[in-house]
Amino acid sequence: MNSQNPAGEIVSKPYKYGFVTDIETEKIEKGLTEEVVRLISNKKQEPEFLLNYRLKAYKQWLKMKEPDWAGLGYPNIDYQDIIYYAAPKNNQKKASLEEVDPKLLETFDKLGIPLSEQKRLSNVAVDAVFDSVSIATTFKEKLAEDGVIFCSIGEAVKEYPDLIEKYLGTVVPHNDNFFAALNSAVFSDGSFVFVPKGVDCPMELSSYFRINSGDTGQFERTLIIAEEGASVSYLEGCTAPMFDTNTLHAAVVELVTLDNASIKYSTVQNWYSGNEDGIGGIYNFVTKRGQCRGKRSKISWSQVETGSAITWKYPSCILQGEESIGEFYSVALTNNHQKADTGTKMIHIGPKTKSTIVSKGISAGKSSNSYRGLVQMGPKAIGARNYSQCDSMLIGDQAAANTYPYIRSQQPQANIEHEASTSRISEEQLFYLQSRGIGFEEAVSMMVSGFCRDVFNQLPLEFAAEADKLMALKLEGSVG
Amino acid sequence: MIKQDSDLLLEISDLHARVEDQPILKGVNLTIRAGEIHAVMGRNGSGKSTLSKVIAGHPAYTITSGTVRFEGKDLLSMEPEERARSGVFLGFQYPVEIPGVSNLEFLRVATNSRRVEIGEEELDTFEFEDLVKERLHMVQMNPAFLDRSVNEGFSGGEKKRNEILQMALLEPTVSILDETDSGLDIDALRVVANGVKKLAKANTATVLITHYQRLLNEVTPDFVHVMDAGRILRTGNKELAIELEQTGYDWVDKASKKKVEN
Repeated sequence: MNSQNPAGEIVSKPYKYGFVTDIETEKIEKGLTEEVVRLISNKKQEPEFLLNYRLKAYKQWLKMKEPDWAGLGYPNIDYQDIIYYAAPKNNQKKASLEEVDPKLLETFDKLGIPLSEQKRLSNVAVDAVFDSVSIATTFKEKLAEDGVIFCSIGEAVKEYPDLIEKYLGTVVPHNDNFFAALNSAVFSDGSFVFVPKGVDCPMELSSYFRINSGDTGQFERTLIIAEEGASVSYLEGCTAPMFDTNTLHAAVVELVTLDNASIKYSTVQNWYSGNEDGIGGIYNFVTKRGQCRGKRSKISWSQVETGSAITWKYPSCILQGEESIGEFYSVALTNNHQKADTGTKMIHIGPKTKSTIVSKGISAGKSSNSYRGLVQMGPKAIGARNYSQCDSMLIGDQAAANTYPYIRSQQPQANIEHEASTSRISEEQLFYLQSRGIGFEEAVSMMVSGFCRDVFNQLPLEFAAEADKLMALKLEGSVG
Repeated sequence: MIKQDSDLLLEISDLHARVEDQPILKGVNLTIRAGEIHAVMGRNGSGKSTLSKVIAGHPAYTITSGTVRFEGKDLLSMEPEERARSGVFLGFQYPVEIPGVSNLEFLRVATNSRRVEIGEEELDTFEFEDLVKERLHMVQMNPAFLDRSVNEGFSGGEKKRNEILQMALLEPTVSILDETDSGLDIDALRVVANGVKKLAKANTATVLITHYQRLLNEVTPDFVHVMDAGRILRTGNKELAIELEQTGYDWVDKASKKKVEN
């Protein structure tokens, strides 16, 4: 049976992904200048159009101000004190996994993402990104049989420049916001997915992002395109070592669906969140947006956000095609001194577009957790519908939860529904479960999974159980 | 009748407990043997509920001195869930609502944790459904309550039936029912009483914490204890409960004063 004092044992359980891989890294000097932007582009041997895109974004970024409307209250970031490019030495993409530095393979093994042929998950293709560089992508050949392209964005720039030029920056423009402009100027690596017309991607695609260097910013770029009638399910996971300094992570994700296409994008974010006193952790400023360009196309975001010191992200859908569908299912959990400001934007442009928002925020410790969302009905969104449900759960009496739903409608025949609730896990509820023989850990986990069920049901099967466990782990020691 | 040599189940000796800085229990002594039914009576604030929560391991209470032994084991060193698995059951006066947690799933996890402890096989969903249907009958509870969240939106009577259902599933060795009779209409009271009677066995014991005689008309106690100011002031048989009903608690003040002076 359980040990004598599960509660005590739980408190001391460390972040299990906090290790650093000792590997030779090529880094450039700290700081951001036009030269640095050129250097990054040069290192990646990029075509002219991409260099120009980066430079345009850089010039725009210089004119922009860091947003503070979320009131996250973090200390000023010194953008000249960050390294904008770091890569494991000898980072030429390897023809086969056997040539990849065994230390890197070992790192991903340790993270539970085995890449080698024998151990990899049988039905999930993985793109493993270590600091700024994609080190391996599994099942590429098998996917290619169906015409599905799954590779790092750096590789896609070389192999499929036309697709990149056609789609990059079309959903999130280079001047969209401060962090998106920064990303557009210096983005390192990330994943590229292209599912051609009529193809139902035969396996789950997944990217695993690993930050290893403490002083290096992380700027991934992900682009997923589903052509007419295509469909794909994609999952990203993220972890980082424990440092007592803060690391900046500013990613951009763009999704495009054409007629009758669908993309399901799931995230399990477990970046290092800082220690109990709020020292260290990742600053996570992410712009994720999908555009349903085609009729009856669909984009569905599911996210489980448990890590990072600061989370600022609003995965959004632009519902342009008639009868297109946008979904956002989110669980955001904050503990200790974490701050999360997350939500979505559902921009209804086309007629009969539909969107669903289900947000579950859990705040424990001294953390604060806000839902911020916009539902906008444009003048042509006749018969458009939105349903939003935002629930908050408080654990302990020092955590904060807020909900900021913004609604703009220029279409009288659009229908918007919003529901919200706040609840609290109390000592009495835990005691009740314990007094029936249910251990403390399981009791918390039962209550939290009950609260999150609507969202977990949306995750790919392989990851739903994982998410459940992750939540229990993050909450340990936060109650009672 | 009770044999004096039947098994000792619960032995409470000179138990003192406080909540925050407020002492509540000030030297409780109570011995409970197999086959016995005890009633603990007393006014509000006399420490009855505290006694039950301390036995179950509620974290809000601090034990300042004294011991509680359950089947010879040091109960106070055990976590609440370990106490429950070993066979101590507390029926709550105000069962809490737990939104999002399915009642059926909760009952199954609880039942299995007890079964594992006593060396029985865990029940899968189907086996458990069979068991729960049978026990539901005992408390005359509508099966629809299984599909709801734990106690959520249940009426007072439904919550109490759910408590007795849990008792019927866990088959505890010692059951402490904290004012399970309060707020019940006469039909619900009979259901609760019948449940208690059916579950009382030669090798188990029951403690009924109550304000009123009416539950004791249905379930006859072997011992009646009167608590006041954190102690057991007087112990008698069922006649004591009847006497209390007739004369009220005024005598308690005098007796209590006397005890303090002594």
